Amino acid sequence: MNNIAKTTLKSFGLMLIFTAILGGIYPMITSLLLEGFAKPQSIGSLIKAKDGSILGSSLIGQNFEKPKYLWGRLSATSTPYDAAASSGSNLGVNNPVLLENAKARIENLKKYKNDENTKIPVDLVTASGSGLDPEISPAAAYYQIPRIAKARGITGASVKAIIDKSTKKRTLNLLGESRVNVLEVNLRLDGKID
Amino acid sequence: MAHLLTMNGLLQLVAYFLILAIFYIPIGNYMANVFSGKTTVLSPIVKPIEKSIYNLLSINPEKGMNWREYAITLLAFSFAGFVLLYLILLFQGFLPFNPQKFAGLSPHLAFNTAVSFITNTNWQSYGGESTLSYFSQMAGLCTQNFVSAAVGLSVLIALIRGLNGVETSDIGNFWADVTRTNLYILLPLSLIVAILLGLSGVIQNFQNYLEITTLEGAKQTIAMGPVASQEAIKMLGTNGGGFFNVNSAHPFENPTPISNFIEVVSILLIPVALCQTYGVMVNDKKQGLAIIAAMVLIFAPLLIFCVTQEQAGNHVLTTLNIDQSVNSLQAGGNMEGKETRFGIVNSALWASATTAASNGSVNAMHDSFTPLGGLVPMVFMMFGEVIFGGVGSGLYGMLHFVIMTVFIAGLMVGRTPEYLGKKIQSYEMKMASLAVLVPSLFVLIGVSIALMTKAGQAGIFNNGAQGFSEVLYALTSAANNNGSAFAGLGANSPFYNTLLGVCMLAGRYWIIIPTLALAGSLAGKKHIPISAGTLPTHTPLFVGILIGVIILVGVLTYAPSLALGPVVEHLHMIKE
Repeated sequence: MNNIAKTTLKSFGLMLIFTAILGGIYPMITSLLLEGFAKPQSIGSLIKAKDGSILGSSLIGQNFEKPKYLWGRLSATSTPYDAAASSGSNLGVNNPVLLENAKARIENLKKYKNDENTKIPVDLVTASGSGLDPEISPAAAYYQIPRIAKARGITGASVKAIIDKSTKKRTLNLLGESRVNVLEVNLRLDGKID
Repeated sequence: MAHLLTMNGLLQLVAYFLILAIFYIPIGNYMANVFSGKTTVLSPIVKPIEKSIYNLLSINPEKGMNWREYAITLLAFSFAGFVLLYLILLFQGFLPFNPQKFAGLSPHLAFNTAVSFITNTNWQSYGGESTLSYFSQMAGLCTQNFVSAAVGLSVLIALIRGLNGVETSDIGNFWADVTRTNLYILLPLSLIVAILLGLSGVIQNFQNYLEITTLEGAKQTIAMGPVASQEAIKMLGTNGGGFFNVNSAHPFENPTPISNFIEVVSILLIPVALCQTYGVMVNDKKQGLAIIAAMVLIFAPLLIFCVTQEQAGNHVLTTLNIDQSVNSLQAGGNMEGKETRFGIVNSALWASATTAASNGSVNAMHDSFTPLGGLVPMVFMMFGEVIFGGVGSGLYGMLHFVIMTVFIAGLMVGRTPEYLGKKIQSYEMKMASLAVLVPSLFVLIGVSIALMTKAGQAGIFNNGAQGFSEVLYALTSAANNNGSAFAGLGANSPFYNTLLGVCMLAGRYWIIIPTLALAGSLAGKKHIPISAGTLPTHTPLFVGILIGVIILVGVLTYAPSLALGPVVEHLHMIKE
């Protein structure tokens, strides 16, 4: 056998061994360890109802359009919040569709709140990167308090209390941004979780 | 400026650099020990595995190779990787771990993806969760994430041996280099990072996609998979190919500020520490410090510029009654394509780190960045992926620039250029020039072809200057083995899959081969002792000239195309 053929054969051999170790054993060991130490996270941080049924994932946003619910970011997946095919809008800053989408969201928000003076927080009129963003900024959540309170016939203060309960601050007061988990707020508003 | 870079923003960036600085010496020294074949803390566990691999394949790890043997072995090994991955992707419909019953990929997509992952580019013309089975992700992509990174590191070690060698043709044994890199460095680091990511919420399972009913009564299908294991090596190996379509913007791939911090640190961890490895191995740590200084001095200002541009927001939206300001209740700024938990600072930091290193993962959509904010990632790639760059490939790319700088500086003072005791002559300059110029050639010719053909124009998503930028970004990303995208571009067509595939191959192997040739040539030379006429290569002056050379080459090559794309788009935005 000449040298090149030998080298090629060895290459395939080594590649197969690496496939077994790095593409087989390594992910399996990781799975076993994480199933042991972080079972809830490993299967998607699911939120369960008191009866044990699955209400969703605290990491994956759901689409909300009813006035009684807190609304999340715009979603650019083919149908909003399609968690089987994530996608951003990829619209450039000058793309007219970006402006149209923002205007449409503003129309929807204004339907329930005729307060021309309050500026709308930017994350309420822009699409998230994943199309599945589970969170909005506290500013965007507070902006929606009057609508939710009116639709439910409860006080703004009680809505705000629920929003604050579902708010995470920056990690160590340093990393990331403060944010409100939209699904958790809505499940609390409906009394489905504590 | 103060309202564009907040105190918190600044502190987040400082924390990032601080963590990298802390790991610089321990990780750098550890890698130097591994590459020099010394016994390390992991040897008792790993050595037996390593030995049995050599025995099984009758490899003699001590047998030196000259640069041609090294290159041929490397190419044969990469070819084997290509064939295996191509077949896995093509026939995934018949393979196990495919709960969603995905069919095999089209031949052009399988070609593009296989090339993309063996070249450490990890450009993705597909959406992971809607295209690939768990088997393809693990056995196919995860394996290549390791292996392609190990190939890059091996080439770097070979080059360092070339610099150290004296009148020899031996630049090391490829089999041993690639095996040791995988087993002693990439695998243990990945395991640690995967566990940390899993604890912070990244998923890791083999379940079917989950069907649920949302609170408003709609059906939602939630994609699952073994993500944490793949995510770790994706970041550490400067691969960047996401498990999901939106990569690290996906909440299952990057759920919290903590996971984001771990991932973005992992992008630069090895490329940064390699400078220390280099310093240790050439017996002069200042050489490593000089290179890391040049990298940081180019990186930091551009990073801060990117943050401020994104924080300034989208000028077009100011016509509406929208609050884009940063305050205690919101991140503000240009939030299109960004996730709430990351806001502006972490999205801009990621975009800069991922393109400075040839990682190419994203946690926000670059196509929706402001024009000048999006110019930053493009410029980092246009420097040839040498500001940190890919694992191994970044530093050997940088060493080509160092050799150019030594040559230019030598000409200025009228002495024979030398670097670390080796004369730099016309052969070395030819190899360095090839390595520096080949990617640019493929970028600019590729862009011209794409813009002049119907098939190329068909993929463009945003109109006008931004559409031009999408094509420019794609070719730059492919030919420099980055893999990130202005993802509006519809690249899953026979035209782009083929064009970008060719660019990725050229950008990888047309640099690796000159690098190995350089290693061989340097190894064959005598070692000249330092004299009064030697230009020191660790001084601020040298760092300054090095930065000048990198910027000059980058700017001279790409200024016209940057003017046509991001700059025109910016002027368009502020005129609204």
